[in-house]
Amino acid sequence: MLVSQAVQPAVAGGTLRIGMTASDIPLTTGQTDNGGEGMRFLGYTAYDSLVEWDLTSADKPSVIIPGLATSWTVDPADKTKWTFKLRPGVKFHDGSDFTAETVVWNFEKILNKDAPQFDPRQSAQGRSRIPAVASYKAVDPLTLEIVTKTPDATLPYQIAWIMISSPAQWEKVGKNWDAFAKQPSGTGPWKITAFVPREKAEFAPFPDYWDKTRVPKLDKLVVVPLPEPNARVAALRSGQVDWIESPAPDAVASLKGAGFKIVTNAYPHNWTWHLSRVEGSPWNDIRVRKAANLAVDREGMKELLSGLMIPAQGFMPPGHQWFGHPTFKLTYDPEAAKKLLKEAGYGPDKPIETKILISPSGSGQMLPLPMNEFIQQNLAEVGIKVSFEVVEWNTLINIWRAGAKHESSKGATGMNYTYFIQDPFTGFIRHLQCNLAPPAGTNWGHYCDPEMDKLFDAVRNTFDPAEQTKILEKIHEKYVDEALFLMVTHDVNARAMSPKVKGFVQAQNWFQNFSSITMD
Amino acid sequence: MLVYALKRLLAMIPVALGVSLVCFLLVHLAPGDPLSAVLPTDASQEMQQEMRKLYGFDKPLVVQYGIWLGRVLIGELGTSISTGRPVVAEVGKAVMNSIILAAAATAIGFFFGALFGFVAGYFRNSWIDKIASFLAVVGVSVPHYWLGMVLVICFSVWLNWLPATGGGPGGSSDARSLDWEYLKYLVLPAITMSVIPMGIIARTLKALVAEILNQEFVQGLAAKGLDDRGIFRHVVKNAAPTAFAVMGLQLGYLLGGSILIETVFAWPGTGFLLNSAIFQRDLPLLQGTILVLASFFVILNLIVDIAQAALDPRVKRS
Repeated sequence: MLVSQAVQPAVAGGTLRIGMTASDIPLTTGQTDNGGEGMRFLGYTAYDSLVEWDLTSADKPSVIIPGLATSWTVDPADKTKWTFKLRPGVKFHDGSDFTAETVVWNFEKILNKDAPQFDPRQSAQGRSRIPAVASYKAVDPLTLEIVTKTPDATLPYQIAWIMISSPAQWEKVGKNWDAFAKQPSGTGPWKITAFVPREKAEFAPFPDYWDKTRVPKLDKLVVVPLPEPNARVAALRSGQVDWIESPAPDAVASLKGAGFKIVTNAYPHNWTWHLSRVEGSPWNDIRVRKAANLAVDREGMKELLSGLMIPAQGFMPPGHQWFGHPTFKLTYDPEAAKKLLKEAGYGPDKPIETKILISPSGSGQMLPLPMNEFIQQNLAEVGIKVSFEVVEWNTLINIWRAGAKHESSKGATGMNYTYFIQDPFTGFIRHLQCNLAPPAGTNWGHYCDPEMDKLFDAVRNTFDPAEQTKILEKIHEKYVDEALFLMVTHDVNARAMSPKVKGFVQAQNWFQNFSSITMD
Repeated sequence: MLVYALKRLLAMIPVALGVSLVCFLLVHLAPGDPLSAVLPTDASQEMQQEMRKLYGFDKPLVVQYGIWLGRVLIGELGTSISTGRPVVAEVGKAVMNSIILAAAATAIGFFFGALFGFVAGYFRNSWIDKIASFLAVVGVSVPHYWLGMVLVICFSVWLNWLPATGGGPGGSSDARSLDWEYLKYLVLPAITMSVIPMGIIARTLKALVAEILNQEFVQGLAAKGLDDRGIFRHVVKNAAPTAFAVMGLQLGYLLGGSILIETVFAWPGTGFLLNSAIFQRDLPLLQGTILVLASFFVILNLIVDIAQAALDPRVKRS
């Protein structure tokens, strides 16, 4: 079902076709599904948020910047009251005006079940992203007020998830989100011009985009769902697409040999074992946690993955703005590991025997089976005998939500899980805050440390970004120095592309900017 | 004949009910959360409960089955959890694509399968028989996803003659036509898919033709002075009901699509849809797709049985 849209003058930049890993086109209504990939291709392309990520640099981790809001401040007398000044002159793709009222309407679409525009699917994706929001109102056409439940300086990071759809378009298509999905309208640099479920979505540049530096240079962008890695590689090699997400590591060498570019960069993602801290877990002993971290041969694993990983030096990737200066170094030192285990009362005649939950596949899980087996061997060499409980990815998510004490964890003392770590809450707080232990949250291991909780509170109560960064550094130092996780590796977000693709700058972020790209 | 067809039709009802129960239970008993596609990974317990209620997963299984069956009977297969689109529309479009693929694969498979089978059976132990038998064995033995990849490497990557993936230009099967621009997307998956029925039909027919040729009536026909062409006609007539039965079952498999082939070629048929539904744990879509595919088998069995009875009176009598 092709969607007719006004024909735009060509910018003469060519057509870029991208093979996604998703098996369907993510939701086109604003708030997308399909995780980070959905937001990357169908979110930040066609829509904007009040707060955005700076995606212009490949050399440093991204920071948040003004988007549809030009500035935001918190009331010095009442730290729950925020004022967002909105960008004037912004138009939706349908020509209607962006105002504070439209932002309120968008909050209602995901938070207010009684609002006519409430959309359960967008709500499911967006509501949990803005847990701090208590209320919101338009003060004037370009001023928005948000009140949070408690003081929370991480609000701008939360707001960066909320995509602003056009109320006028929703009215025009009969107040129906399914109809809106076929004729979407946001304020983003790209307009969705065609949408065939499960087959493709097409975008054209939005010439009236408010940020002239981000008006796309291409004539057209096409995204195609290709969930099977070999199909993606074949489509790239046969010239059907120009860019694929996540080429299989064993295809990388042949793709390079055939002249394709493999582009990688650090980004906020980690691949870790989340350790249980419930009573009886061997990981309650810091010596055991440190020993495990010293026993993993991360360079060896890098070879296994054809170089497509960054060995962990901490919970955040090396060079990240919150990395700080941890004193515990994640080197490969089996002898030091054995010594630590001996001190903890273990040895070759008395190995630690424990069980870890893993999945055979899953979003962001990289190549979980061989990678976990590699670690299993590393740990066995120093005296930690690991057995695996292999469960399907969605089951693992359910177990993660249920917590280490729940019967579904089957007595496992760790779980292999990959984390999106782009903001303070998803990066740190949700994993370890005492009151976020299941069922209240996703502190799977039931870790609880008053000192860490104080740091988390400080993050929420520090509204000066530089001061907040210092606290986040302290938190990360505690993560590493106390070896709170088995920190193994970071993915490098590999994508393979035709040499015809020019001008792509791979930001150190889950999301990317497609406006700078041209095709030869 | 009418009575026979009616009896078969009535016998289909408990089978269809059984099929509906099995496909409902199978997807419900599988591990994992049916709402994982729509819930963010760190959704709160409250939110999970709320969504379960919204989608009716909080009700007892028996009630869920009753509601689901009631809707199915009026042709309503529900709404996809992940996309919110009606399952009927999703499955309908995928079925059309699978029918196109199955028709192409059937034509190729039936033609070559019958050819190899008759030739091998008729010229037993000759070199023609050996070649035809070899091809038939390869057909049923070769992993077809592997064959698909080999064909893609040869014809898409090396020779660049045919597209590697997709249902049409720009990744879209919409506006499908007999235009070569669309047809070329069909070639590789259809050839890959035709290989199994080709092998099965060839092997079945070879054995059958050989058996028929050994029967006394063939010797009788020859003794009466019938020429080879005449005898061959009789052999074909005797072998046809079995060939139809085998092809009917194969057609059922083909219409069901192949998850592997359709995934390898990103062909937007029922197999590809099933794959998506499984990975997204989209229960209504999964149930709807399985039910439609299972119904194909039930209906095809019925058609084949009736066709067999019409062709061979012994079936009706039995």
